[in-house]
Amino acid sequence: MELYEGSLDVNRIFSTWLAQHQEENYGAYIPFVGIIRQEDGIEALSFDIYEPLLLAWFQKWEARAKEEGAIVKMAHAVGDVPIHTSSYVSAVFSPQRKVALRLIEAFVEDFKANAPIWKYDVKEGKRIYAEQRSTKMNGAGILA
Amino acid sequence: MVTVEFLGPIGHAPIEVEASTLVEVSEILKSNELLAPWLEGCAVAVNDVLVTERNFTLKEGDCISLLPPVCGG
Repeated sequence: MELYEGSLDVNRIFSTWLAQHQEENYGAYIPFVGIIRQEDGIEALSFDIYEPLLLAWFQKWEARAKEEGAIVKMAHAVGDVPIHTSSYVSAVFSPQRKVALRLIEAFVEDFKANAPIWKYDVKEGKRIYAEQRSTKMNGAGILA
Repeated sequence: MVTVEFLGPIGHAPIEVEASTLVEVSEILKSNELLAPWLEGCAVAVNDVLVTERNFTLKEGDCISLLPPVCGG
């Protein structure tokens, strides 16, 4: 798991991952790139991350992927990420494509729902919490 | 004493409180008008492990983290 200040260098990350694992006899390498869209007048999105819990979440996914002979990879941006650049990339390597195709979908969807990351719209230089687009984590409300 | 920290957009400095269960932490936070509105949406971690039981027993020095709704990617 890799965290970077600002936009991700997608080409460098993907080529590094490929170089790391291409001799390990995986038949499929399926990358996913999340790109900041221009909508609702934003200049950028901005992110806060709680790294200890994100790492724990990611390690569970590493274990789940390992059971199927696969590996998962991810990188995410911290701070401001301008529109039309990437804030999030992930990938799955697996011996056969069907496992990787299935895992990449489950991995990305679980990431959206459960990774401890907070998103803000950036408008006129101000950060506005994207509350309407956010999802309560498992167990939310136990202190209410 | 236990420490309560407020992650992401809550924007509140950590506080130290006397509490032996999460129920007691809840009572303290409900009385804070800045923090009370966040409680319904927040998940809770104790020492970086998510907890889903209100009766969870705390020990001296524990760190309780409040995690508001998330949106990565």
